[in-house]
Amino acid sequence: MANKAIVATKVGMTQLWDQDNNIVPVTMLQVKPCRVVQIKTNERDGYTAVQVTFGQKDPRKLSKPEAGHFTNAGVDAGERLVELRLDDVSTIEIGQELSADVLEAGEKVDVTAVSRGKGFAGVMKRHNFAGQRASHGAHKVHRAPGAIGACATPGRVFRGTKMAGRMGAEKVTTLNLTVVEADPDRELLLVRGSVPGPKGGVVVIRGAIKGGS
Amino acid sequence: MHSTDFVDKLQLREDHPDFKPGDTVKVHVRVVEGSRERTQIFEGYVIARKNSGIRETFTVRKLSFGVGVERTFPLHAPTLAKIERIAVGDVRRAKLYYLRDRIGKKARVKEKRY
Repeated sequence: MANKAIVATKVGMTQLWDQDNNIVPVTMLQVKPCRVVQIKTNERDGYTAVQVTFGQKDPRKLSKPEAGHFTNAGVDAGERLVELRLDDVSTIEIGQELSADVLEAGEKVDVTAVSRGKGFAGVMKRHNFAGQRASHGAHKVHRAPGAIGACATPGRVFRGTKMAGRMGAEKVTTLNLTVVEADPDRELLLVRGSVPGPKGGVVVIRGAIKGGS
Repeated sequence: MHSTDFVDKLQLREDHPDFKPGDTVKVHVRVVEGSRERTQIFEGYVIARKNSGIRETFTVRKLSFGVGVERTFPLHAPTLAKIERIAVGDVRRAKLYYLRDRIGKKARVKEKRY
């Protein structure tokens, strides 16, 4: 688990020049101030995490349970609730605001988001199959998977065989991205490289669990 | 208006003169050799400008000892010390790739007369 985490929305990608005048590809993330709504503790919940919200939501559009949840915490209602698993929640209080300054430039982070949905995709796109020949008698099988099993033994297709199907729209984590800039005043976080999901998507940024800095 | 504009704007360079494909330019490039920094000049025809915003690049073609040499520069790169526009070309296209197939007198760009 991570010792620091924050939630953000993806804005898009651009590029910067670093001190050595090399081009750095960066993803721009908007980190709106996150208000802590609930703290999950080992004693009560069996794990440690903070539940945060960000942005604003019209109070009339809340359901009664949601409204109650926010009122009990004494926090303004936000766009959505996101839980951030943390090792240590003893220093965090309900109502506290978290912003981009939990991270600093040069740090390694893992970024989790829901990837873009690709719909029903064939095996070439979904599993990187090679496909079949373009000519030499190939007929209507150019992107087909080929054989999916043997004959009378085993007489069935093995479970888990890679085939066409729904692709994308799943939780994806990109590991060990470097933070290029974290600026709470501009609600800005720049991360080197790409981040899963569409522009406007919600992403969770956590301190790197592997490798580290 | 682009959503990443407010980061890009800080990096854009406003100090370059206007220039178009067909123009002759002198590009002053900062080169770091060990600890020393000096300026190198690359002079030739601009044969293309590509992309927009922070990603914009331009390609300069020149003949060096009878061999065609092309260099593509990011327009907003901090390594560019200066761009000088020496002559304005009279051309009808945005990409002058046809110059690559020409040799001798035909490989020149007419200068614009006002």
